[in-house]
Amino acid sequence: MADTYSGPLPKPTPETRPFWDAAKQRRLTIQACDDCGTRYFYPRPLCPACLSRRVRWIDASGRARLHTFVINHRPPRGFPVAAPFVIGIVELEEGPRMMSHIVGVAPDPAALRCDMALEVVFEDLTAEITVPKFRPRSDA
Amino acid sequence: MSADLRRLRGSVAIAGVGESDALGKRPDASALQLHMEATFNALADAGLSKRDVDAVFTSGRNMANDVPEYLGIRPRFIGGTQVGGCSFILHVEHAMAAINAGLCEVALITHGESGYSRISMPAPRWGDDSTNTQFELVHGSAGPPTGYGFLATRHMHEYGTTKTQMAEVAVATRKWAALNPKAFARDPITIDDVLSSRLIAWPFNLLDCCLVTDAGGACIVTSAERARDLPKAPVYVLGTGECATHQMVSQMPAFNRWDAAIVSGERAFRMAGVTPADIDVAQFYDAFTIVPILALEALGFCKPGEGGPFVTGQRTAPGGEFPMNTNGGGLSYTHTGMYGIFTIIEAVRQLRGECGPRQVADARLAICHGTGGIWSAAATLIASTER
Repeated sequence: MADTYSGPLPKPTPETRPFWDAAKQRRLTIQACDDCGTRYFYPRPLCPACLSRRVRWIDASGRARLHTFVINHRPPRGFPVAAPFVIGIVELEEGPRMMSHIVGVAPDPAALRCDMALEVVFEDLTAEITVPKFRPRSDA
Repeated sequence: MSADLRRLRGSVAIAGVGESDALGKRPDASALQLHMEATFNALADAGLSKRDVDAVFTSGRNMANDVPEYLGIRPRFIGGTQVGGCSFILHVEHAMAAINAGLCEVALITHGESGYSRISMPAPRWGDDSTNTQFELVHGSAGPPTGYGFLATRHMHEYGTTKTQMAEVAVATRKWAALNPKAFARDPITIDDVLSSRLIAWPFNLLDCCLVTDAGGACIVTSAERARDLPKAPVYVLGTGECATHQMVSQMPAFNRWDAAIVSGERAFRMAGVTPADIDVAQFYDAFTIVPILALEALGFCKPGEGGPFVTGQRTAPGGEFPMNTNGGGLSYTHTGMYGIFTIIEAVRQLRGECGPRQVADARLAICHGTGGIWSAAATLIASTER
């Protein structure tokens, strides 16, 4: 990691910094609105459902389902994973969806199924940036 | 139909269309030159001069100013809406609004893109601090070839849509391209060819994916009254619609249907006062084979989940029941990166009866529909030579 990572590297912004700081501590965080109850991802300082400013960070359980996926055979420049690899749209147990690299499963349509159970794992890209990835749930 | 929509129906017409002098590989031309060639050809087709143009709509540049500067036009109305490839279809709706408001009379909608040769193209879009890099590119997303597939996979899961059904679209579209001398890829292909072409991002093989070419395209929109004084039959804009639901595909509201297109199509049909059954010829942006299948569902040509069966048996091919993408589409005719303008050019030519061997008999009512971004935006246009 650290000195060798050459793929797309997130640079946190003021509203996303808490997410990346938590990821470094191996916590997956989303936001919740105290006015309308919406839980959402990606990070924004106002609720995208009702524009309330009464939003707070909560820890997600890390349990999720694979809503849909593709198997990429042409990695972007510098992406450190050999093709083919799986990219999923992951639906968190709490509701929000996010894109993520799916690991721990063969990049083969026969090995993957929409709605299969997943759990979060974390991977350090650099000393600053740790990304959440998902793998098939061990207890599923 | 509301009174306001009724007032817009048929209020403007497309008076001229044109492509760049050649399409495909143009190492001899910058993106701006492709704009200029298409504009020249569209104005000639309309029987108008550059001096008649008082509005310019374009997209895909860093600033919308550089195209009018290059063309030597000083527009008094400028449209630079950028929502991806369908932007030029939205521009027709925006030009209609501006013309009806009395802010301009002759609108040039122009596209030029050096998608293959990359000459004089804007710099890449996403910085390291963009939401795209932080929440998508870091996971190995490769933009459209991966993003469009998410909906295909979920659609296959929920409805049993197959890769063979998707391949039907590629094969049928190639048959149309064989009839278009301007098309880039004209050799016949089979369903097996599509399924055995190399994988790009499962569920897409190479032949499920659009071309990457260099080309320009333009059209001239003016008031119905002005259009009637011009040499060619006006193609009246009967209905338009647009919608955007997200930018990053991970924020797409649902992955089993195309929400932006549902909204866009509903207004276009309501304004036009017609139904899908009335349509004679369809130009549906085919960035990937799944896209027209979802357009058919979203626009009401079939029920949700029935898009795959709809295209089966080469139904959209020449001689088929539902002529679609009669220029050869983004899959086989041309795809610069932002294909939307080419749906308009082909619809106008079909309605005028200018399409030679690929002419659809008695084509009186045409629909154009496009996607922008990654299923992010949609725009619809219904047009006819009859009001």
